[in-house]
Amino acid sequence: MDVVNQMQRQFVDYSTSLHREGILDDQFTQLQKLQDENSPDFVVEVASLFFEDCEKLINNMARALEQQGVDFKQVDASVHQLKGSSSSIGAVQVKNVCIAFRSFCEAQNREGCLRCLQQVTHEYSLLKNKLQTLFRLEQQILAAGGSIPVIE
Amino acid sequence: MVLGNGASSSSLNMKSGEDKVNSNKNLSVLVVDDDPLIRMLHDMHLKKFGLNPQVVEDGKKAVDLFRIGASFDLILMDKEMPVMNGVEATKELRDMGINSMIVGVTSRGLEIEMQDFMESGLDFCFEKPLTPDMITFLLNELNKKNDDDNND
Repeated sequence: MDVVNQMQRQFVDYSTSLHREGILDDQFTQLQKLQDENSPDFVVEVASLFFEDCEKLINNMARALEQQGVDFKQVDASVHQLKGSSSSIGAVQVKNVCIAFRSFCEAQNREGCLRCLQQVTHEYSLLKNKLQTLFRLEQQILAAGGSIPVIE
Repeated sequence: MVLGNGASSSSLNMKSGEDKVNSNKNLSVLVVDDDPLIRMLHDMHLKKFGLNPQVVEDGKKAVDLFRIGASFDLILMDKEMPVMNGVEATKELRDMGINSMIVGVTSRGLEIEMQDFMESGLDFCFEKPLTPDMITFLLNELNKKNDDDNND
């Protein structure tokens, strides 16, 4: 029992820190609330979809920015989609970079876009790392026979 | 006016117990969005309210469903989609005489874009992401609407 309590505390602390650091916002908490016994893997599934989306979109943006004549509309379309997904999952940092990114697309500023691409890639990797850690902590609790605490 | 015959495509699995769930059992919902992440999120949100939405990825698929005789009480319509976008699909459905509640859910929060969307025939337009409060609001409106229709 002690072990489970410790793991649960670790989970809560970690989850809280992600919010405090501004990596995740309330949208993510909403997602966690949607998960239940009927859909125990919901959050993991949504996160996996999001990671796939990110990778595909980041690749699209990179390719479009490599072209001789950059099609900024195309880049913007990908950024727009990424902004949408990231705000739906609560990935604040990613979303914020997307907002800046769109301004550079509108201004047809290639250098600015490339900087944002770098930033968005960084934020995405960071988030992926953190979420995978969070999910591992969850798995540990479940494996030890405990239940995932609800974060308010 | 096109009426659905039994609307077999929208039959629901009823969960036992909760009042909230039972009171929504006669409502059919269609989610129209090209982003699989959003489709998954909206589907989950709606299931929490006891609804079992059908889900399609573009406006044309939504229109086609109505053409073959399906009907839905509530349609959640994304704005930006390939093949046929939300504005076109909404106009098409209204031209067909469909008076289901159509609610725009868009990631473009600009006033003028939401106005454009509203003018295509929406009942309401919200910015993504969908929240439980919005769903509660829509279900209330839907129940009011159904009461009015029954009193004609």
